[in-house]
Amino acid sequence: MPVTLRINGRPVTLDVEPRVTLLDALREQALLTATKKGCDHGQCGACTIHVDGRRQLACLILAVMLAEREITTLEGLAAGDELHPMQAAFIEHDGFQCGYCTPGQIMSAVALLNEPCGDSDDDVKECMSGNLCRCGAYPGIVAAVQQVRRAGAR
Amino acid sequence: MRPFEYTAATDPADAVRLVAANDGTRFLAGGTNLIDLMKLEVETPRAVVDINRLARREPALEQVAELPDGGLRIGALVRNSDLAWNPVVQARYPVLSEALLAGASGQLRNMATTGGNLLQRTRCYYFRDTAMPCNKREPGTGCPSIAGHNRINAVLGTSPECIATSPGDMPVAMVALGATVHVRGPEGERAIPLADFYLVPGLHPERETVLRHGELIVAVELPALPFAARSHYRKVRDRASYAFALASAAVALDIHEGRIRDARVALGGIATTPWRSFEAERALVGHAVSHTLFRTAAERALAGAVPYAENAFKIELARRTLVRALTIVSEMTAR
Amino acid sequence: MSDAVFGNRAPVGAPMSRVDGRLKVTGAARYTAEIPIEGVHHAVIVGSTAANARILDIDTSIAEGMPGVVKVLTHRNAPKLPAQVGKPPASRVLTLLQDDVVHYNGQPVAVVVADTLERATDAAHRVTATYDAREPLTDIRHAGRKEYRPESANKEADSASGDAAAALSHAEERISREYTTPIENHNPIEPHATIAVWEGDQLTVYDTTQYVVGVRNTIAKTFGLPADNVRVVSRFIGGGFGTKGSTWSHVPLAVLAARETGKPVKLVLTRRQMFGSTGARAQTEQRVTLGARRDGTLVAIRHESVSYTSRYEDYLEPAAVITRSLYACPNIETTHRLVQLDLGTPTFQRAPGEATGSFALECAMDELAERLGMDPLELRLKNYAERDPESGKPFSSKSLRECYRVAAERFGWARRKATPGAMQDGDIAIGYGMATATYPTNRSKASASVTLTSDGRGGIDAVVQTASQDIGTGTYTVMTQLAADALGLPVERVRMELGDTRLPPSPSSGGSQTAASTGSAVEAVCREACVRMAADGATDPASMAAWLSRQPGRTLTVRAESKAGKGDDDYAKHAFGAVFVEVRVDRALGEIRVPRIVGAYAAGRILNAKTALSQLIGGVVWGVGMALEEKTLVDPRTARYMNANLEEYHVPVNADIGALDLQFIAEDDPHVNPIGVKGIGEIGITGVPAAIAGAVYDATRIRVRELPITLDKLIMGGGSAD
Ligand SMILES: Cc1cc2nc3c(=O)[nH]c(=O)nc-3n(C[C@H](O)[C@H](O)[C@H](O)COP(=O)(O)OP(=O)(O)OC[C@H]3O[C@@H](n4cnc5c(N)ncnc54)[C@H](O)[C@@H]3O)c2cc1C
Ligand code: SF4
Ligand code: FES
Ligand code: FES
Repeated sequence: MPVTLRINGRPVTLDVEPRVTLLDALREQALLTATKKGCDHGQCGACTIHVDGRRQLACLILAVMLAEREITTLEGLAAGDELHPMQAAFIEHDGFQCGYCTPGQIMSAVALLNEPCGDSDDDVKECMSGNLCRCGAYPGIVAAVQQVRRAGAR
Repeated sequence: MRPFEYTAATDPADAVRLVAANDGTRFLAGGTNLIDLMKLEVETPRAVVDINRLARREPALEQVAELPDGGLRIGALVRNSDLAWNPVVQARYPVLSEALLAGASGQLRNMATTGGNLLQRTRCYYFRDTAMPCNKREPGTGCPSIAGHNRINAVLGTSPECIATSPGDMPVAMVALGATVHVRGPEGERAIPLADFYLVPGLHPERETVLRHGELIVAVELPALPFAARSHYRKVRDRASYAFALASAAVALDIHEGRIRDARVALGGIATTPWRSFEAERALVGHAVSHTLFRTAAERALAGAVPYAENAFKIELARRTLVRALTIVSEMTAR
Repeated sequence: MSDAVFGNRAPVGAPMSRVDGRLKVTGAARYTAEIPIEGVHHAVIVGSTAANARILDIDTSIAEGMPGVVKVLTHRNAPKLPAQVGKPPASRVLTLLQDDVVHYNGQPVAVVVADTLERATDAAHRVTATYDAREPLTDIRHAGRKEYRPESANKEADSASGDAAAALSHAEERISREYTTPIENHNPIEPHATIAVWEGDQLTVYDTTQYVVGVRNTIAKTFGLPADNVRVVSRFIGGGFGTKGSTWSHVPLAVLAARETGKPVKLVLTRRQMFGSTGARAQTEQRVTLGARRDGTLVAIRHESVSYTSRYEDYLEPAAVITRSLYACPNIETTHRLVQLDLGTPTFQRAPGEATGSFALECAMDELAERLGMDPLELRLKNYAERDPESGKPFSSKSLRECYRVAAERFGWARRKATPGAMQDGDIAIGYGMATATYPTNRSKASASVTLTSDGRGGIDAVVQTASQDIGTGTYTVMTQLAADALGLPVERVRMELGDTRLPPSPSSGGSQTAASTGSAVEAVCREACVRMAADGATDPASMAAWLSRQPGRTLTVRAESKAGKGDDDYAKHAFGAVFVEVRVDRALGEIRVPRIVGAYAAGRILNAKTALSQLIGGVVWGVGMALEEKTLVDPRTARYMNANLEEYHVPVNADIGALDLQFIAEDDPHVNPIGVKGIGEIGITGVPAAIAGAVYDATRIRVRELPITLDKLIMGGGSAD
């Protein structure tokens, strides 16, 4: 069935069966491959995207559920050539190695800026625990998030 | 996933009608459990009815509203994170906020709904693997967990047919608070005390609640319980976050001059249902706060526990978790 | 530190940000499954649901009739292919639908190809098989197990120097303890994926591999193709940790599916399918026996390890190898035995051998220290090896003493109380632990090329190529730095190309050898280019640019190979480190937290302070997971992997990782290899599990000798008192 999704501010019309997840629709049909598949079962966070500004997992959402909702993927984060401060902070603090969990980490981290997460490193660790990083880049991730939060970016 | 029909309902009455009309049709809320299980083919509905847009017709489904008697009515589509962050919940029922925040992850809590959370299914390894037999998934095929891996499974409320743990955190807090579930079916609405909502496996592990097919959960009501402002949820798990409970305790205490006037106790991670422990509550009420008292209450709570090869530790862990939660609540100053 | 501090020159060693960082944080880096291929079809593997079995029947009729399905391959219709075409690790014994024999649960028994992923997945579920299964063996700890010494495995099974038996019988103090480590799965966040595209007899394979050349060779031989007809591409890899170092069955199966259907085919393993058919760290049972004088001098070490392999291939987890060269001792005996289980073949996993072996050896050292009433650090210093005990050779360099000193000081080891259980904070018991870390320095033959081009405005652009891989280790970045340095060019004028068999061959990205091997080749080829230009008097950027503009096409290409040479065997080569941890254990609930880990490591020259630190961090995080969380569960009746997912197979989450204070000790090693580097990818995990186990003991007086140290082991009184 045809469904029109608003992805990164643009309408995208796809012809999908109801069983197609947002994640597979993005990766296999829209060829927006920044959003990663790590587990396909809500267990790793690699597929984190924003729906109406809130972080969610694309692997557990059917594409058809999202008609009329605003979807943001990592591709929609940077303003043209200018990186979002979170992206820049991830580079600066080496908040990744292989980079595969990174899109999910960054989308989670950006959403976190608007959540009532406490100020401490421990708070950030807890709020970011839904994003596994098997490369173990956690200290860099926390440093990046804290830097952006302290700079007051939204 | 098998193919299925998808309908996005905008009217609760339509949703109920569509689901009730066909045994193979399911409500779809946050999807975090249903879609997961459909991928595993543990659930194979022929049709799903998306209930995420029902609030357009009935805004209460997405609202948390204070009731005139001091209670709280939580719409079934309220997301777990919104409920956890709700200031009234945080002030009056901290145990509930804490339980929600101890569950899943930030992303999942943004998706998961109150109704869906109540109905999430067990994480028993065998239940989630269709290559294995399982009485809950396919009645009569046997329970391979009993003589297999059962570290995460239950010690309370089990039967020879099934020992699967009820995995949720939020329901444990709600059971402790004495919540009531409001459901709407083809024959109208009814209210079910949450403590009566869940069924222990007995001979029918496939039946988990008293909900009838086609009944839509519309709300959960929490009674006014002023002393719940002194309440706490303690969860113990295999890693610091993003893991299901090995044991958890939800506790609220009404303490007056060092004596317990009233108590609410429920346990999670160790039982086949969110486990209200009236035994522990009875042991507590009327007595002076002390470590010995808490220990006695914990012994009572676990009195009927039956261990399996890998999960005997849960009995002692649950006792200690409960003692910890009681201790913390007893040391709180009333807010 | 910002890159600007270094101007546009990034000298080797500087903490330069990754050159591929921007691609990764914007999502522009395309990993294997994301390569867009016109008309690609999706292949989905059907895994067996039995082990130690034969397929009685397999029914594909429903699947074949489903919309979009173009092919279902099973042992009944799959063309004949050889199961093994070369030596491990690149070539393993594979299960390629060749017969009805099912060794392990999850073994591929069919491959379904359809036009969409959803259809292929659905159809794969509709393939049903029945099995004649015999009871499987799933744990090395079973009665009447048959151990054997593998003849030709990946490592020498036994070693003996001196006479350990005699020395043990006379030793003033003696302890003998058994330690076990479970099966652990690598679980990179990116699942294994392969895209196979045939054009006539030319084949392109996009693959999630740590070794493009290895995949190329295996595929060419398996399909009887000249190696030149096969191109393997792997530009970005979402973590490997050893599981992507071998060509496993799904790779040829994807190629086969593409050939049989005439379509380009994409095959991505599910998380569940990554348990079984792509290796795991083998379960080990290790007995360590230490004999010592009362002053702590070791007189004998015996380290006996038993691990499992599959029924169809020997893989040896070399757990006792570390004991051959860690401590000075005249009598050292090590043995490895294998037990066959009905599981998939295990494989290399981050610090294979050293990770498991250091847990046993270092825990035993702690236990000996306690017996002797010695400080664990003092016992290690007492037995410091000045030469390699195994070979008698000098170390190319060894700064372990400095590592101990620096890390102990930063940690505050001096504050440690001699009696366990002495540090308390309310409900929390605090414990300290430490261990030695080590990993050998490996090097393989590697080659690289450089093409220098004058831009016509006095500048030079360099393209450096090598068929190495960047699995997150920073290969793109450090090779760029090495080349820029050797060529005297700004880093942004150097472009690094990797991960393609069309480029000069390089070894696998495993064994922490990429910097030493490929780095040496990159450095060599850049130097060679400079030498050529210098022969004509072009020795500085301006004259080099001028020289290049006079060449045909204004360009120069040089290719070189680099390998260990004469005299290279004169030294024993290892990186060393010391790791100290603090744990906080909830006395009642058994929850273990690790708020603080301090480590100091000496690993030769550090090419990039930032990415190298990330490697150490990653290793230490793995150590925390290994110590406290990771364990693969196998159902004893069916050999099925029961926690084959990321929710019940626990890896550390962000909240599990406390403050990590890790640093490198400067070490100048002129002998180890031309660029003076030692491996850093694996050393981080070594020692950490033992240090945590020691700290848990220090906090609780409970010695857990069975990993992982989950809270149930503390609640139930855990390990044994002695
Ligand atoms: C990796 C992972 C980790 C998790 N960790 C935790 C944890 O630690 N603690 C915890 O408590 N939970 C945890 N969860 C579970 C999560 O909380 C549940 O999946 C979620 O609460 C379900 O809500 P939902 O709205 O997504 O339900 P859905 O998936 O939409 O629905 C679940 C079931 O409820 C039915 N249903 C939904 N709404 C209604 C309604 N209004 N009326 C009638 N029937 C309805 C559906 O038909 C379906 O059968 C975890 C989940 C995942 C994937
Ligand atoms: S415990 Fe229950 S859910 Fe688990 S296998 Fe047994 S019957 Fe199935
Ligand atoms: S792919 Fe969605 S959470 Fe792992
Ligand atoms: S950077 Fe590799 S998994 Fe996080």
